[in-house]
Amino acid sequence: MSSWSQSLSNFEEGAVANDFATFTGNKALELEESLIFEKPDAFNQTGVDFDDAPEISGDKLGGINREGQIGLAGLSEPETIRHYTRLSRMNYAIDMGFYPLGSCTMKHNPRLNERVARLPGMADVHPLQPVKTAQGALQVIYDLHEWLVELTGLPAIAMSPAAGAHGELCGMMAIRSALEAKGDKREIVLVPESAHGTNPATAALCGYKIQSIPCDEFGRVELGAFKEALNDRVAALMLTNPNTCGLFETDILEISKELKKVGAFFYCDGANFNAIVGRVRPGDLGIDCMHMNLHKTFSTPHGGGGPGSGPVTLSAELAPYAPVPIVVKNGDQLDLIEHVGETKSFGRMKGFHGQMGMFVRALSYMMSHGADGLRQVAEDAVLNANYVLASLKDVMSPAYEGSCMHECLFDDKFLKDTGVSTLDFSKAMIDEGYHPMTMYFPLVVHGAMLIEPTETESKEKLDEFIAAMRHLAEKAKAGETDFFAQAPVYSPRRRLDETLAARQPVLRWSKDS
Amino acid sequence: MLKFSKDHEWVEVDGDVATVGITQYAADALGDVVFVEVPEAGATFSQGDDAAVVESVKAASEVYAPLSGEVTEGNQVLADNPGMVNEDPLGEGWFFKLKVSDAAELEEMMDEDAYNEFIADL
Repeated sequence: MSSWSQSLSNFEEGAVANDFATFTGNKALELEESLIFEKPDAFNQTGVDFDDAPEISGDKLGGINREGQIGLAGLSEPETIRHYTRLSRMNYAIDMGFYPLGSCTMKHNPRLNERVARLPGMADVHPLQPVKTAQGALQVIYDLHEWLVELTGLPAIAMSPAAGAHGELCGMMAIRSALEAKGDKREIVLVPESAHGTNPATAALCGYKIQSIPCDEFGRVELGAFKEALNDRVAALMLTNPNTCGLFETDILEISKELKKVGAFFYCDGANFNAIVGRVRPGDLGIDCMHMNLHKTFSTPHGGGGPGSGPVTLSAELAPYAPVPIVVKNGDQLDLIEHVGETKSFGRMKGFHGQMGMFVRALSYMMSHGADGLRQVAEDAVLNANYVLASLKDVMSPAYEGSCMHECLFDDKFLKDTGVSTLDFSKAMIDEGYHPMTMYFPLVVHGAMLIEPTETESKEKLDEFIAAMRHLAEKAKAGETDFFAQAPVYSPRRRLDETLAARQPVLRWSKDS
Repeated sequence: MLKFSKDHEWVEVDGDVATVGITQYAADALGDVVFVEVPEAGATFSQGDDAAVVESVKAASEVYAPLSGEVTEGNQVLADNPGMVNEDPLGEGWFFKLKVSDAAELEEMMDEDAYNEFIADL
């Protein structure tokens, strides 16, 4: 059996001078840690003293009595806590440093949100409580719903989708239901190359044929190709705006006008709503349906820190098909429509009412920022991204000319003939203490590097990052290929073999592996 | 006779059967290929249809049918050894063989010189 830490440390051979190698493998505050299953004697101990189990005859268990060990490691409480704490210290988080992972909006998660979410009335409420005892919780959902409707300019909302892609599915199912109700059998969904990758997957899951629309040389939907593809067999266009190149789709009004002409719906992927919140109401652009990621635009934790939440706002035409449950106001009382019954709702997408903990945090964020604060969120997100773009464009190569929205996109032209790839460059950023930007995405840009600073970084932090990036770009151009090929040197593990991991994935620990 | 498409596929025609694969340029751009799905014999495609899938550590991508026709064989070796696409994209790393239904489509494809010129501008 080869241990996890052993097999990984093979990559370290010869990398760092070994004069100071320690006996334990620990490096002061950087502590080594094995898998919990690989702890010495993990299977022969337990953290709790149990009495010997009484003999139970097998026949009382209907023949399903266990024959062997269950195969869980049994550690004491302090050992368990140390194990997970040590593992957590090998990780990187927004609470530790700058995390410019484009398209993901890794902004600060305000602690006020956390405090509100932990209030007993918010944290201890149960979804099966009688509605009259949960009026406060329903009020949170209702108020959030009102905020989102106001911000998007669309009249209705489905709150239950559990993440962005789930929201897309919800929106496209509402569109399909609306078309089916009219007996309209359209079979095509148009998806631009600059859309999020989940968009075509969503449309395919709803039974549609995907037709891809190319990008023009400015990184936006090629209007001519869009018009050519448009006809009365098109059910919808799924547009990400701002798109994954970090650019506002400037032809959006014409696009929505053309869609209306042929009776097609306009779905907008609102994952990048943080760039326009408070500034643009998607409903005013002729959008019929848009999901938002509360875990991006509205600061709820994600990336291991919490679940996503993807409410979807809907036009009046799509509203009747929204999934249950729906919170409604009857006089002073809030109530829940939980069953499809006589409604036209296409059904239910999730147990209970959605990600309640995220609703509380998102509402706390909105109320603490206010309408003017949210507008400033969008302004500062766009300003920060443009500051990074303007400060790096002479040493790196912007993928498109002009300014950007909330994220800036570079290609790998500046690395041409240096022998350094986008991947090498990203690994060197790890040594500098940054989480790398999104790389090799969007696919339409060669060797893409997508940087999203978000609005929660200070100018000092951005200046430090810019200086580090300039330093690395100059090092690459100076031909220091080996420096990049070695990186990362200071991470808990060196460069991992991603190819082997993808070709022969080991997804589960087993005794024999 | 080797011909190339703008989507970086190559075809080599022998009689009415074309062998299809992806070019060295495509294999290099993708990086280490980790998964390949090839079509089964009997599948029919029109030119430009999604015919196969190739995934690398960087990206997943469709391989389009450069010509219309019926698949006679998919390269089963790639399922177990996707790295063959990087090692020998124009040889052992072929994707599928196709019985060509419209030979005229072949005329529109680039020859090797034209393709090399095309990628030089990318």
